Amino acid sequence: MDIFSQRHLLGIKNITENDIELVFDTADNFKTVINRPIKKVPSLRDVTVANIFFENSTRTRISFELAQKRLSADVVNFSAAASSVTKGETLIDTVKNILAMKVDMVVMRHPAPGAHIFLSKHIDAQIINAGDGTHEHPTQALLDAYSIREKLGSVKGKKIAIIGDITHSRVALSNIFCLQKLGAEVMVCGPATLIPKYISSLGVKVEYDLMKALNWCDAANMLRIQLERQDIKYFPSLREYSMLYGLDKERLDALEKDILIMHPGPINRGVEITSDVADSKHSIILDQVENGVAIRMAVMYLLAGQN
Amino acid sequence: MNSKKVIEKKQLEIIIDRLCYELIENHGDFSNTAIIGLQPRGIYLSRRIHDRISEIVKRKNILYGELDISFYRDDFRRGKEQIIPSEMNIDFTVQDKKIVIVDDVLYTGRSIRAALDALTDFGRPVKVELLVLVDRRYSRHLPIQPDYVGISVDTRANDKVKVEWKENAKQDLVHIITNSK
Repeated sequence: MDIFSQRHLLGIKNITENDIELVFDTADNFKTVINRPIKKVPSLRDVTVANIFFENSTRTRISFELAQKRLSADVVNFSAAASSVTKGETLIDTVKNILAMKVDMVVMRHPAPGAHIFLSKHIDAQIINAGDGTHEHPTQALLDAYSIREKLGSVKGKKIAIIGDITHSRVALSNIFCLQKLGAEVMVCGPATLIPKYISSLGVKVEYDLMKALNWCDAANMLRIQLERQDIKYFPSLREYSMLYGLDKERLDALEKDILIMHPGPINRGVEITSDVADSKHSIILDQVENGVAIRMAVMYLLAGQN
Repeated sequence: MNSKKVIEKKQLEIIIDRLCYELIENHGDFSNTAIIGLQPRGIYLSRRIHDRISEIVKRKNILYGELDISFYRDDFRRGKEQIIPSEMNIDFTVQDKKIVIVDDVLYTGRSIRAALDALTDFGRPVKVELLVLVDRRYSRHLPIQPDYVGISVDTRANDKVKVEWKENAKQDLVHIITNSK
């Protein structure tokens, strides 16, 4: 198998199918590591990683930090709210100052789409995108596709529906790139106001009827309504959204076949998905979280190994 | 470039038989011993040894595993090439077991050092031994010596010992490639 082709992980758009398969195969190894009594390997013991989060995060930050610790890397955490960013420091200055303290790798979440690409042109460290605005969230897409591969055997030829707030979702875009590179068919579904106008140019199907999408797919990825990114009203009320696009037990039972239910978190229970569905046997939400650590270990291992 | 054959098919069978009997002499019916092959190249030998011993002692459930040492190597981030891990397959605990590590060629001893580290992350074995098909003498970087040796060879640093298996190269053959300059 070939080597990992990129120096950074800026987005799924920049990496190849081979890169994705390489991450998956490496993640298989790390999954055995994190399931044994000693959950740690010494690979990255001479690597220092800075986790720089300009936006809130629970899962992604903890997942990255656990992955770093299980690879024996040294970790520094930085969140914008408690930093000099509030005093007016620029992105490059902030990051350069952190790198001056001898940091090898930067994991960053930033509200501006493309912030990572900009940064990669100005600094020397390796960069992993942990979410840039409404653009990409590559490690989430990798762990979603990895979870599908684990449950359904492969991704190739499978039908995946991404349902909800597509416009404001970086998970949706990265998932579309990742699933298509692996040979899956992708459909997006949601209210017309939350589906980007030209999304079909990416080669995805567009559906506005939830039941039609659910009946078509092998796995449904339910996205959260990102109220914090919506500066205008895109639908009359959460209650109406939930009535038309919320996944509940009744709808799940009405399907002709079993499908996988996924969610990148955080869940708004009772809005896009009801509790009985989120906690049902169809749901692989917690498997996604477990796989997230293995995937992030694999990504950092493959990038760090290039030096 | 010169290639010299050191072991051919028939001789390899005899060597593997001898190694198996040496192992049985020390480990009896293998009730508390596990055989662990090192990925990626030691597994062909370890599989054959496991099969042959199972045949001789007539037991089917001899513990067997394959260990990948990529995450423990001391040249990670220091070599020119990326280290891509191979499959790891140890579905038992090594706690209080005797372990025989199997690899094809023992050269600097660095792989074995990594393997010892990797192994202790699966528990505390009561004893660890090393079996190799080819021992390149006088070339160790670390104080590591094998317990069971197929053949010992004297080589220079820029020689290559190549082990081919029917499973991956269509023939069983060990040869030394010499760069004559």
